Amino acid sequence: MDTESSVTTEQTLSDEAIIEIIDMHKWFGDFHVLQGINLTVHKQERIVICGPSGSGKSTLIRCINRLEEHQRGRIVVDGIELTNNIKNIEKVRTEVGMVFQHFNLFPHLSIIENLTLGPIWVRKVPKKEAEENAMYYLEKVHIAEQARKYPGQLSGGQQQRVAIARSLCMNPKVMLFDEPTSALDPEMIKEVLDVMIDLAREGMTMIVVSHEMGFAKSVAHRVLFMDFGQIVEGNTPHEFFENPQHDRTKLFLSQILH
Amino acid sequence: MKNTVSEKVPFWLDPKKRAILFQFITLCMVGLLGYYLVSNTLHNLEKQSIATGFGFIHQESSFEIGESLIDYSAASSYGRALIVGALNTLYVSFIGIFITVTLGTFMGVARLSTNWLVSRLAAIYIEVMQNIPVLLQLFFWYAIFYETLPSPRHALHPIAGVFLCNRGVAFTVPKTHPAHAYMAIAFLAGCIIVYLVRRWSKKRQERTGQLFPVFRVSVGILLGLPLLTWWMAGAPTELNMPKLVGFNFIGGLNLSPEFIALLLGLVLYTAAFVAEAVRAGIQSVSKGQTEAAMSLGLRPPTVLNLVILPQALRVIIPPLTSQMLNLTKNSSLAVAIGFPDFVSVANTTINQTGQAVEGVALIMLVYLFFSLLTSAFMNWYNKKMALVER
Amino acid sequence: MEDIIQKTSKEEIKPPVVSVGVIGWIKANLFNGWFNSALTIVTLFFLWETVLPFFRWAFIDSVWNTTGQVCRDAGGACWSVISSNFRFILFGFYPYDLQWRPLLAMIILFVLLFFSQNRKLWKKPLAYAWIAGLFIMGLLLRGGLFGLDPVESTQWGGLPLTLLLSVFGLTAAYPLGVVLALGRQSKMRAVKTLCIVYIELIRGVPLISLLFMSSIIFPLLLPEGVTINKILRAQVAIILFTAAYIAEVVRGGLQGMSRGQYEAAESIGLNYYQTMRLVILPQALKIVIPPTVSQLISAFKDTSLVVIIALYDLLKTTQTVLSNPEWMGFSREAYVFVGILYFLGCFSMSNYSRKLEKELSRGN
Repeated sequence: MDTESSVTTEQTLSDEAIIEIIDMHKWFGDFHVLQGINLTVHKQERIVICGPSGSGKSTLIRCINRLEEHQRGRIVVDGIELTNNIKNIEKVRTEVGMVFQHFNLFPHLSIIENLTLGPIWVRKVPKKEAEENAMYYLEKVHIAEQARKYPGQLSGGQQQRVAIARSLCMNPKVMLFDEPTSALDPEMIKEVLDVMIDLAREGMTMIVVSHEMGFAKSVAHRVLFMDFGQIVEGNTPHEFFENPQHDRTKLFLSQILH
Repeated sequence: MKNTVSEKVPFWLDPKKRAILFQFITLCMVGLLGYYLVSNTLHNLEKQSIATGFGFIHQESSFEIGESLIDYSAASSYGRALIVGALNTLYVSFIGIFITVTLGTFMGVARLSTNWLVSRLAAIYIEVMQNIPVLLQLFFWYAIFYETLPSPRHALHPIAGVFLCNRGVAFTVPKTHPAHAYMAIAFLAGCIIVYLVRRWSKKRQERTGQLFPVFRVSVGILLGLPLLTWWMAGAPTELNMPKLVGFNFIGGLNLSPEFIALLLGLVLYTAAFVAEAVRAGIQSVSKGQTEAAMSLGLRPPTVLNLVILPQALRVIIPPLTSQMLNLTKNSSLAVAIGFPDFVSVANTTINQTGQAVEGVALIMLVYLFFSLLTSAFMNWYNKKMALVER
Repeated sequence: MEDIIQKTSKEEIKPPVVSVGVIGWIKANLFNGWFNSALTIVTLFFLWETVLPFFRWAFIDSVWNTTGQVCRDAGGACWSVISSNFRFILFGFYPYDLQWRPLLAMIILFVLLFFSQNRKLWKKPLAYAWIAGLFIMGLLLRGGLFGLDPVESTQWGGLPLTLLLSVFGLTAAYPLGVVLALGRQSKMRAVKTLCIVYIELIRGVPLISLLFMSSIIFPLLLPEGVTINKILRAQVAIILFTAAYIAEVVRGGLQGMSRGQYEAAESIGLNYYQTMRLVILPQALKIVIPPTVSQLISAFKDTSLVVIIALYDLLKTTQTVLSNPEWMGFSREAYVFVGILYFLGCFSMSNYSRKLEKELSRGN
């Protein structure tokens, strides 16, 4: 990752917290997948979460938009607490965008229809306006010429960029990324990461689960390491990579950075 | 360069010529076989003094048919008898298809329910019904009628107005009244209005983004207009109740044991296969699709309508269509329990005229017609719905 | 930036009680949400009303080993109709003292089926065992050689007849179906057309019409004086019918083969027959094993139709018992029994097919 694309992380972040997770626990049956998570995310902050598989990183961010339900503790997103209240859940989902590892584009709809689905049916936007909005974001992710095509006709990297644009069309306040480049062929990873860097430049709050350490170094405010359902350690990228505090962190880093 | 143009290849080594030769020989053999069989048949028929040709269609049939949708008597021709049979087949098939799709969809969804009890029961139903031959199921239901159910004098009375006995089932129905015709017209008018309302609301949504409660309004119109017509026609409430007269029920809607047993057997059997097709279709839509849709903030009904169903239906419709065809073909088993479907009537015709070849050929032609129609539909549907890919 | 370090020593926190254990299971599976709870209650009520009376009829009030008269006086299920007529239902009109022969034939069949389950045994010895086994089974039924008394095919009946029609039906239909599928894929127009016409014709008509055709029309097709026995006629109809369906199943497998396989075989210099026999068919047929087993299950169920042309298969022998005045009126019990037999057969085959599908998709 060239240093030209690194985004300044020294700017003072606002103290305003947009996501607060307080002593959150989750069990899958008897398995304690998330053990006492405490996390505060500030506006415009960019966090990268890494860790071995099974550590709960995906489950953590899936709890933030209620794709998974937590059993103990509190999660508050932009002042709205996540409980069984359906209205709250829907509100949170319109403010939080999610990008999946396997893109999950709707194959029976064209690209532009994929993007306008949310705005039309959730934000009740007229079709013309939704399409203009969609084209704006398609251009942002450099894929405007494919608007009338179908997902099956695009490459993996193109599909993921469309997926990012689809989430952006809802004008979210926070973007969650669940291993966005893990399912891509190597030559397509850069095009997706470039889009994510552009997003960072514009000040979007981002939580990214990823193993792309170059991306973390150049863009993240904080890098968190998770293992066995706990956030073991978190620090600025520089401190995190240069001075890992815990043995588990050191072990993990030695395994992925070689 | 030496000119290496065609040394003459002997025709038995040239693949193209060999292919032609092979096909020629095959056609000759098939032709000879056909000729041999046909000449044997004609010879044997002549020996047994059996007529050939379809002239018998105009002859008097001299047999009665138990149930018929059109007028028929023993003085009618064989042709008319066959039409009665065909209509009966269509009648049973249509009603059967309608009930099967409903029951099958219900069972398929139940199989996927998060309620353990419901999903297990659905699984048991599907497994049991699929693995018992349909003919056995037909015999079983027919036996329930003539062995288990009581005589009309002691008919079972499970709900008001419905009588179960070994002569069939008698339902109470509203007495025919001119208002019914008006109600039917009102319903059709309602369908047209609903269609127009949907078109209008879709355009409105595209223009302004506002949603219109189309579903509730449609239901209201489809139910309300006929109801309004009924009320305006004087709200006739007279019922046509079945009454026990002598040994039978007269009045109301009477369904014979043969018809009900056939319907029950076909529906319960085929619905199990439809349930599996529905289940496979719903499961074919990956969980990620639902998650992506929910992450956008879409509500469950919208997710179902716009994301899951379109994809699921693509997978469900082809096997569903073949099950519908199977039901129609299986209705031919009516001959075993005495329901006068097409095969049954054709069988009687064969027995009386001796013209087996024409009879069996007719049976095959009629069913072939249904099958080809269904195949054509499936091909058209598959082409239209194919997901666009590279 | 502060660290977010967890306390390394902490008490083991247990999940909330209502989410685990038996209570958790009941809550999650039967009563999560008011809709599911209502559903559970309604379903339990429905079961109470239907299943309980059935159990009483079938087991508690039932009679097991008596005469018809006692049965009529009793209120529950009369299973005596089965126990008293057991051998007739199973073997039909086969001579009473010689019934050990069809029994032995069925045992041989079950043993062969049992060993065929294990895919590791699918080699030449098993194929030879099957051929020998089928021959011995036919011999046991027919007799006439090796000191066995001959038994006319008109006397064969019951379960052996059902199994015979299904097993021989599928065994003969399989090669025919493969040939038809290959013909349908052929580039030769005439062959392709003939195959398509045959397949679509047979698949478009109900089996009953083919059985009628075989029992009434086959005799007309043959020259004077030549007759074929009833069972053979039905068997031929079943073979012709099943072959068309097998052809479609195999066609699916052939279409799943990539062009690369054909091209590789061609470049080695194999001709058409060698390509098919050594490269394409082994792979294509393996892919479609699950739908083929499905066809076997259908063939097994379809043999019940021979009742209509008066062949004494399992269903007809049962009906014959029911037409005996002593045992009239107990159709429910008899049909339930036959239903259980069919169910056991079909269910074990479909279970096997599902297991096989899992194994094959995992990449054997």
